[in-house]
Amino acid sequence: MSLAALTIHDAGEKLRAGEITSVELTEAVFQRIAATDEHLHAYLTLDREAALAQAHAAGARLRTNDAGSPLLGIPMALKDNFLTQGLRTTAASKILSAFVPPYDATTVRRLRAAGAVIIGKTNLDEFAMGSSAENSAFFSTRNPWNLDRIPGGSSGGSAAAVASDLCLSALGTDTGGSIRQPAACCGVVGLKPTYGRVSRYGIIAFASSMDQVGPITKDVRDAALLLEAIAGRDPADSTSVDRPVPRYSDGLADNIKGLRVGIPKEFFVAGMQAEVEQTVRLAISELEKNGAVIEEISLPHTEYAVAVYYVVATAEASSNLARYDGMRYGYRADAKDLTETYRITRDEGFGAEVKRRIMLGTYALSAGYYDAYYLKAQRVRTLIKRDFDEAFKRCDVIVTPTAPTTAFKLGAKTQDPLQMYLSDIYTISINLAGLPAISVPCGFDGDGMPVGLQIIGNHFDEATILRLAHHYEQATEWHKKKPKIKIEDR
Amino acid sequence: MKITIEEVERVAVLARLRLTAEEKSQLTQQLDDILEYMEKLNQLETTDVEPFTPAPDTANVLREDAVTNQPNPEALLARAPDRDGTFFKVPKIIE
Repeated sequence: MSLAALTIHDAGEKLRAGEITSVELTEAVFQRIAATDEHLHAYLTLDREAALAQAHAAGARLRTNDAGSPLLGIPMALKDNFLTQGLRTTAASKILSAFVPPYDATTVRRLRAAGAVIIGKTNLDEFAMGSSAENSAFFSTRNPWNLDRIPGGSSGGSAAAVASDLCLSALGTDTGGSIRQPAACCGVVGLKPTYGRVSRYGIIAFASSMDQVGPITKDVRDAALLLEAIAGRDPADSTSVDRPVPRYSDGLADNIKGLRVGIPKEFFVAGMQAEVEQTVRLAISELEKNGAVIEEISLPHTEYAVAVYYVVATAEASSNLARYDGMRYGYRADAKDLTETYRITRDEGFGAEVKRRIMLGTYALSAGYYDAYYLKAQRVRTLIKRDFDEAFKRCDVIVTPTAPTTAFKLGAKTQDPLQMYLSDIYTISINLAGLPAISVPCGFDGDGMPVGLQIIGNHFDEATILRLAHHYEQATEWHKKKPKIKIEDR
Repeated sequence: MKITIEEVERVAVLARLRLTAEEKSQLTQQLDDILEYMEKLNQLETTDVEPFTPAPDTANVLREDAVTNQPNPEALLARAPDRDGTFFKVPKIIE
């Protein structure tokens, strides 16, 4: 087995015991990338020289300081919407195709301080807008379980890289499911923390009331370790909350007997792939066998979540993306006057889905439509949040499928934006309510594609969803399955 | 129809996007489908429901009005598509 297949915690033990070095680990990852990434297309930018320098530095720290962070010397990937000082950051957009940030995102700074080794930047849907990674201006990432399928999105490159051992773990961002859905599609663990748990400073903004940073990892313990490293108040992000960060990894093994698990009946309706439902139902009985108490609950406004999301998210996006004007950084087209320069720069710089969302958001915020769309959507958003508030009076966590289907074929939904939006039907309401949720592998469909189980927690209760996810993972073997990349089939 | 091609043209000006004739007609159809889907929000009576606001503990975050970064104009100007010394150079605004 390649060293690249290790988890953060296993690699950390071996590093501390002196069995392996960070340089060997980093080299193993780059070998894996050299052998497979021409088929997967997970990475947009690699940073071998800097990564090896970081690995050497981590080695020196490991020899002098055996306490250190669990991330010391660990090779990691970043979705390419995290600003990295001196390393190209594109958001998979032509408008930023040559952009080199002058500073690091707070989360990146925290990883560097912990001694993590940054391998490179992974592909995504342009500006994190999409559910398949096909909206990248550069190329589509493939699913390591089947190269003709999408890896999910928008953090598709990060999920594919973790699943196929092109890094030990990765960070992604999740605005409507962009960590959890690709994690489910690729058979890995993906955690979206509570809104405010992790700093958004230096993340390329999409929808600021929902964007959140989180880990994509090979198991639940790694997700806990990574969250400990990135969570906490940041003065540079006034929406980050000043609450102590628990030692999530210490509580994973605590008892789950009597934990009340709510199953929302509105999530098990027509339109869902039958094998996904069967697999998730089996996972729920496994939780019951392990001592959880299962109860059916209702989240009555679930069916409105996608409509609310595509008003609120596009409105915020239209405002956030106004900054790409071709004046201070990024791409600029030549035109005769200022307004034409803006319009042609943005026409040539943005892809079709980004333009569609800017148009929809601008329309929803424009005079005469604001009350009918934006304000209406924000009122329904309150109803969706209230549903969860009521549910959490009766249960400790809520369990659902992560996505209605397993990974679909490339091109299957690119012509029908609305069908693509409905891939996020089970993840979106969690962002609208600002809650934490984790996706863990829970089986496969008949075509051998992974299925994800979503565990939703109350605000700032990441500890409980991590604990339940860890118990489920320990009781099953799904997270140990690795894709065999079938290059010869192509 | 929820949206016309003229409205799409008007919104494109507001959004500072230039669209080709083909993009305009395709977007009109796609936005119409999406807005039609959003009609379902009108099934709900929401007159007495407050619009969503984030948790109250994130409101009014204040700090001292003091410089905490190290300004580096050269690092920022170096990324400009066009510059003139210490200025960002932009197309002519006033005729």
